Amino acid sequence: MITLIKRPTPSKTWSWATPIVAILATMIAGGFLFAALGKNPVEAIRVIFWDPLFGPNAAYFRGQLLVKAAPLILIAAGLAVGFRAGIWNIGAEGQYIIGAICGAGLALAVYPAESVWLFPAMVVLGALGGLLWGMIPALLKIWFNTSEILVSLMLVYVAQNLLAYMAFGPMKNPQGFGFPGSRNLQQYASAHNPELIAGTGAHWGVMAAIVAVIATYILMHRHLAGFRIRVAGEAPRAARFAGVNPSRLVMVCLMLSGALAGMAGLFEVAGPNGQITDGFNSGYGFTAIIVAFLGRLHPIGILLAGLLMALTYIGGDMAQLMLQLPAAAIQVFQGMLLFFLLGFDVLTNYRIRIGKGAKA
Amino acid sequence: MTGDAKLLRIEGLTKAYPGVKANDNVSFSIAPGEVHALLGENGAGKSTLVKMIYGLVKPDAGTMELNGAPFAPPEPRAARAAGVAMVFQHFSLFEALNVAENVALGMENPPPMRELSARIREISTTYGLPLDPARLVGDLSAGERQRVEIVRCLLQDPKLLIMDEPTSVLTPQEVEILFHTLRKLSAEGTAILYISHKLEEIRALCDGATILRGGKVVDSCTPREKTARELAEMMVGAEFKSADRAGRSLGEELLVVEGLSLPPMSQFGPSLKEVSLRLRAGEVLGIGGVAGNGQEELLATLSGERPSEPGTVRLMGEDISGLGPDPRRAKGVLAAPEERLGHAAVPAMSLTENALLTGTVRKSLAKKGFIDMGAARRFAEEVIAAFDVRTPGPHVAARALSGGNLQKYVIGREVLQEPRVLVVNQPTWGVDAAAAASIRQSLLDLAGRGAAVIVISQDLDELMEIADNFAALNEGRLSAPRPTEGLTIDEVGLMLGGAHGMQEAAL
Repeated sequence: MITLIKRPTPSKTWSWATPIVAILATMIAGGFLFAALGKNPVEAIRVIFWDPLFGPNAAYFRGQLLVKAAPLILIAAGLAVGFRAGIWNIGAEGQYIIGAICGAGLALAVYPAESVWLFPAMVVLGALGGLLWGMIPALLKIWFNTSEILVSLMLVYVAQNLLAYMAFGPMKNPQGFGFPGSRNLQQYASAHNPELIAGTGAHWGVMAAIVAVIATYILMHRHLAGFRIRVAGEAPRAARFAGVNPSRLVMVCLMLSGALAGMAGLFEVAGPNGQITDGFNSGYGFTAIIVAFLGRLHPIGILLAGLLMALTYIGGDMAQLMLQLPAAAIQVFQGMLLFFLLGFDVLTNYRIRIGKGAKA
Repeated sequence: MTGDAKLLRIEGLTKAYPGVKANDNVSFSIAPGEVHALLGENGAGKSTLVKMIYGLVKPDAGTMELNGAPFAPPEPRAARAAGVAMVFQHFSLFEALNVAENVALGMENPPPMRELSARIREISTTYGLPLDPARLVGDLSAGERQRVEIVRCLLQDPKLLIMDEPTSVLTPQEVEILFHTLRKLSAEGTAILYISHKLEEIRALCDGATILRGGKVVDSCTPREKTARELAEMMVGAEFKSADRAGRSLGEELLVVEGLSLPPMSQFGPSLKEVSLRLRAGEVLGIGGVAGNGQEELLATLSGERPSEPGTVRLMGEDISGLGPDPRRAKGVLAAPEERLGHAAVPAMSLTENALLTGTVRKSLAKKGFIDMGAARRFAEEVIAAFDVRTPGPHVAARALSGGNLQKYVIGREVLQEPRVLVVNQPTWGVDAAAAASIRQSLLDLAGRGAAVIVISQDLDELMEIADNFAALNEGRLSAPRPTEGLTIDEVGLMLGGAHGMQEAAL
C-alpha cells in the first residue's frame, strides 16, 4: 500500500531534483519506446541528446539550439509571471504573430529607407502589438468577467487569419512574382536581426531572452510587485488584503506576457525566418507554455527548460532523419517529459510512505 | 440494566503520532443517558480520542467496551452500526441538495425518499428541531444545517451521540433549542459526549466532565459544582489570569463610520445596511453576532479591501473611504481577518513572506519596491518571539503551523506594527485558553497605548471581558453600541436577536 503524506513545508530539494529525475525517467521510458520500435535505444537517446551538442555536425546544430530556444524562453518568461498570478494567457502564439506583423509592417512600409533607428523601432512596435493583443482578453475579463483562457486562445485563430491576409494581401512582396509572402527582411540591412556572433546563432532575440530572464527573476524574487503577483496566485483573498488590485494585476500580467511574445515574433520575422508568410508561426507560443511549467515557472528554470526543449526538437529532427523514427514517436517522447515532470512534481508537496499503516 | 452499568468504558487508550503522544493511557466511562463533557485546550487530545471512539483512528493500545462487549470499530460504519453517532464541527452537507437528499447520502440503505421525508419530519418535531425535508441546504442558516446533521444521527437511533463544538455557530436562542433537544435525548437514555470550549455551557448542560491535558486525563469533576474559572484552571493547569483592563482612558475620536452601506460580496452573502459607529482612542469596541451577518463585509470595508461611498469611513476627520489597504496601513488602520489560511496569511508561503504581506508599509520592509528580506525575517522573528508562536523558525510555511499558533502570528504581526486603529475578526477562534488570554491581553495593552480596537467575535464572554462598548451585528445592521459594564447576558441576547428592531426604534 502506498500513501501520500502532505509535507507541511514544500521540499526545496525536490523542487530542484524533480526536473532532473523527470529527464532521466523520460530517457529510460523513451528508450523502451524506441526499443519497441526496433531501434537501438542507446543510439536513439544519443542522437537526440548528445549529437546536436557534441556530434559530427554539432557546430551547425549548436547555433540552431539558441535560435530555437530564444523565442521559447522569451515567451515563457512572460507567461510564467502571469501563471504565477493565476492568470492564464494561452494565446502567446497570437501575440507572437501580431508582434511580427506590427514590427515587420513598419519595415515594409518604409522600405527601402535605411536608418539605424529602424530596427529598434520595429522591436518597440512588435512589443506594442503583442501587448495590445494581450490587452484584449485582459479588458474583456475586467469588464465582462470573461475567461482569459478562452479569449486569448480564440484570438490566436484571429491572428492566424490576419497573418494569412497580410501574407496574401497588403504585405505581399510586389516583386515576388505572385508568390505569397512579404519581402525578405534578411535582405533589408536596417530591418535585419542578424547573427551577432558568427556560428552561435545568437541574434538580438537571444539577448532579449537573457535580459527577460534576469528582469523577471528580479521582479519575481526581489521586488514587491513580484511578491504580490505570487501571493495573488497562491491566495487571491490574501492578495486583496495585501493591497493588490485584481484588475490591475490582470492588465499587467497579460500586457507583459503579450509584449514579450510580440517581441519574440518580431525577432523571428526579422531574423531566422525573414518573411511574413502564411505559415510563419511554428507553435513557439504554445510550446512556451510547456517550457514555463518545465522550468517550474522560475526564470532560471525556464532558461534551462527552453534549452532542453530546443534540444529535443533538434535532436528529434535528427532522429527522424538518421534513424527513421516516426515523428509521432518523437512527440510521444516530448510528451513523456512533461508527464514525468508533473508526476514527480507530487514529491515536492508530498512524501511517499510504503507499507503498513497506510489505511486508517 | 443496573444503575451503575456503563454504556461506554475506556481503558488505557493510547495513540502516538510521530513526535507527539496524542492520547496517553486515557480512561473514563459514560453511563447511559449521561451528558459527559470532554474538556481540554487545543491539542489536549480531545479530537483524537473521539476519533478513536468513532472508528476514524485506531488506538495503539488500550481497550473500549460498549454495553459490556469489547468495542474496537475499524471504521466509522462499524461504530455507527454499534450505535455511536457523531456531529462534526464542520458540516459535511451539499448545498445544492435538499435536506432529505443530504440525509440519504449519509445512510447505508436509504429508504424511499417519501418515507425518509416523513421520518425526518417526525424526528424533527419530536425533538423540537423544526426542519423541512424539501428545502435546499444552501438556503439554511448554520443552526438549521446543524439540525440536519443531528437529525441524520438521530435516524440511526444512537446510544451515544458525540458532539464536537456544536454551539460555535449558533445564536444564544439556537443554543437554547439545542440544549432542550439534548436534554430530551439524555432523558430517553441516549448518552452524549460533548466537546466544547464554552465553560458556562458545560456547566449548564453536562452531568460529568473529563479533563484532558497533554493527552492525559488530569482530572474529572461534576461541572455544576465548579465555577467556570475553576474549570478553566483545571484545563490549563495553572491559575487563570483574566485580562487586565485597568489603566486605560478614552481619548479623542479616531474612527467615525457613518451611513455605511454595501451590496453583498457574493450571491448568498449579506449586505451592510447603514452601519454607523464612533471609536475613540483607547477604546475597545466589541461587535457580537453570529458569523455571516456582515462581519467579513464590515472588516473588508474597514481594512480597505472594499472601498465604500465617500464620507462613510473617516479617520480623525479625514475621509479614507476610497483608500485601499496599503494607504490605510500608512495612516495606521490595520486589520486581521478571520480566515487565517488564504486571507490573513498565504498557506504555502513562509512566515517571513507572510510578514511582508501586511508589514511592508509600516515596518519599511521594502526600499523603492525592492524587498529587504533581512528586515522581513527580523520582523517575523520579532512577532514569533513576542507572541510565543511555536515554530522552528520564520522559514516555515504558514500552513505548517497549528491554527492557534498561526492566529498568534497574524494578530502579533498587526499589533507589533503599532496601529492607531486595529480591526480584528474572531481573534481567538480555535485558539487554546492560554493563548487566547494572551491575545486578549495584547489587544487590551494596545488600546492602553492609545490605539482604538474593534473586536468582532462570536464569543460573547470574550467581548464582555475586554470590550468597553458592545454592539451587535445582525443581518448587516449594527445596533447602537452600549457600555459593557452592567450589560446582562439577556440584554445582549436581545441586542443580537433584535438589532434590527432596535435600530428602527431609534429612528
